[in-house]
Amino acid sequence: MLFLVAAKCLFVVVLVVGVCVPLLAWVDRKQSALMQDRIGGNRAAIGGVTLIGLFHPLADFVKLLTKEDVVPAGANRVLHALAPIIAVVPAIAALAVIPYGGVYTFGRSTVSLVAADIDWGVLYIFALGSIATYGAVLAGWSSNNNWSLLGGVRAAAQMISYEVTMGLSIVGIFMVFGTLKLTDMAAAQDSTIRIMGFVEVFGWILPEWASRFPFTLPNWGIVLQPLGFVMFLTCSMARNKRPPFDLPEAGSELVAGYLTEYSGMRYGLFRLAELVEIAVIAGLMTSLFLGGWTVPWLSTDRIIGAIAPLLGEAFANVVCLLAQVAMFIAKVVGMIWLQMLIRWSLPRFRYDQLMNLCWKVLLPLSIANIFATAGVLLLLGEVG
Amino acid sequence: MLPIDHVIGLSAVLFTIGTVGALTRRNLIVMLMSIELMLNAANLAFVGFNRIWAANPEGSALDGQIFVLMVVTVAAAEIAIGLGMVIALVRNRDSMNVEDHSVLKW
Amino acid sequence: MTIEVVLFYALAALAVFGALAMLLFVREVVASAMGLAVTMVSLAGIYLLLEAHLIAALQIIVYAGAILVLFLFVIMLFDPNNDDFDRADPPQIAIKVAGIAAALMLGVAIAGVVSAGLPDAGELPEGFGGFRDIGLQLFTAYVIPVEAAGLLLLAAMVGAVVLAKQRID
Repeated sequence: MLFLVAAKCLFVVVLVVGVCVPLLAWVDRKQSALMQDRIGGNRAAIGGVTLIGLFHPLADFVKLLTKEDVVPAGANRVLHALAPIIAVVPAIAALAVIPYGGVYTFGRSTVSLVAADIDWGVLYIFALGSIATYGAVLAGWSSNNNWSLLGGVRAAAQMISYEVTMGLSIVGIFMVFGTLKLTDMAAAQDSTIRIMGFVEVFGWILPEWASRFPFTLPNWGIVLQPLGFVMFLTCSMARNKRPPFDLPEAGSELVAGYLTEYSGMRYGLFRLAELVEIAVIAGLMTSLFLGGWTVPWLSTDRIIGAIAPLLGEAFANVVCLLAQVAMFIAKVVGMIWLQMLIRWSLPRFRYDQLMNLCWKVLLPLSIANIFATAGVLLLLGEVG
Repeated sequence: MLPIDHVIGLSAVLFTIGTVGALTRRNLIVMLMSIELMLNAANLAFVGFNRIWAANPEGSALDGQIFVLMVVTVAAAEIAIGLGMVIALVRNRDSMNVEDHSVLKW
Repeated sequence: MTIEVVLFYALAALAVFGALAMLLFVREVVASAMGLAVTMVSLAGIYLLLEAHLIAALQIIVYAGAILVLFLFVIMLFDPNNDDFDRADPPQIAIKVAGIAAALMLGVAIAGVVSAGLPDAGELPEGFGGFRDIGLQLFTAYVIPVEAAGLLLLAAMVGAVVLAKQRID
């Protein structure tokens, strides 16, 4: 039992840190290049083979490993060394609760494709995000540098402000699905929901054959809580200190903010934390709002019910597993693409605009969202 | 099984460390942090006792944990106001040492 | 010697270590704050061992993640060069009172716990301490304390805004 959990954890960590993060670094270069009408990095080559720039993350990694770790004089050496670790560990630990597949039975054994199925999985990710705040704050403090200190102070204020709104914007989803467990939420999005009143209103103009269609939407979180989706995406990107919320490391104002005095692999660890956090946000948004590992309009029962009579239960489960994991990967890729798109499109927020957005726009909106969701649930009689 | 009296003993030790800190440290921030530590020790005692009395038929099984929520709320409110006062004091006298703020001593 | 008991003693040692770090780092206030952070996170681990899952999560999110970051924030704003530490020893009377108080409190507490003979912790139902049970209790039996806590937070917010306002006159 413990061996299985450890194997799943290892698999997820190796997959994300070994495969996903270098790909993310490459996507960062190439997507920005395509958006800005240029080619991007394409010179890194092994043996004369440039693989459309896919060797650049490897080149970056080797460069960061071999660079000197400069610790400024007068810096607090313990905290300076500790800060990148505090930044990286919560980001990677958050991967444990994200489900990349459902529950499949092969003969006598059942496997559920999530490393840790915690009852309060979403709160676990919030708690880890709270710890990650210390990475930026301690980095800013320990560097004995005015620019770092300013970056660290900005990071502290930004991250705790958006933490509040992040929690509140998700309460609507908790109310709708009635659980904090990510696997249950993904499984609850396995069905379809009728577009209320569509057939009744438009039925008289539809031809005969069209009225046999069910006109349903998948029961996804983004259909049930569109405002929650937008708000949660905004708050997650703000907590990740990605542009347009990258005031703590503002390149044009603060040299490099709290990262000024970091070089070599310590800087590499901060960048790794940021990229892993992008993957975590993509995985979390997929599980909460985009139906997780479920295929839209093709629920698990339908897939297994269609294949099992022909080729057997185990084979049906295998097909289902492959289809659903592929669907999960496709959705995560879509969310990563969306985050990169936002990163390279919007200019940086000014500090008062940032705080204004959090406290005066997102907080009242999220509370209004809670009220509206509660009202709708009460009207539909699904309370209790 | 977890030895709950050791949990209460740990709570007592943390509370003592917090009291000594609040009485002997001269930095305003550290005094506030010592008070936070005392509140945390009380929370630990609540949760420890809740674990024992959870199967209590008369009261609610979760009394201790709900009290902890109230204590956390009070601590958060106290920190907000306390740090606001510390900021106002430090802006006035430019020192975080409580000896420099002891104007009312005779 | 189950894994739970071993974990509990490890976390307890870590908590006491963090509290002592908070007490004894006279020259670096940030090290004090990080000691308290270590204590709070290990207390969250002990709450998990005591089947208080929601309280453990809230301990990290609220205490270690927000309150302590606010402490660090104030330290960084007002003492960036770390030269405002306790310059002199505390007055003799404070040390004596603290010592006597500590000895008394520890003695009374430990004696009380030892003589009380607390019963063993029993088995608990599945999902105890989860958000569902606590949420139900909060909004049925404890709804008045919840509303009072809301009022308290409102008063604290108003007070903080008033304290932070610049004087115009």
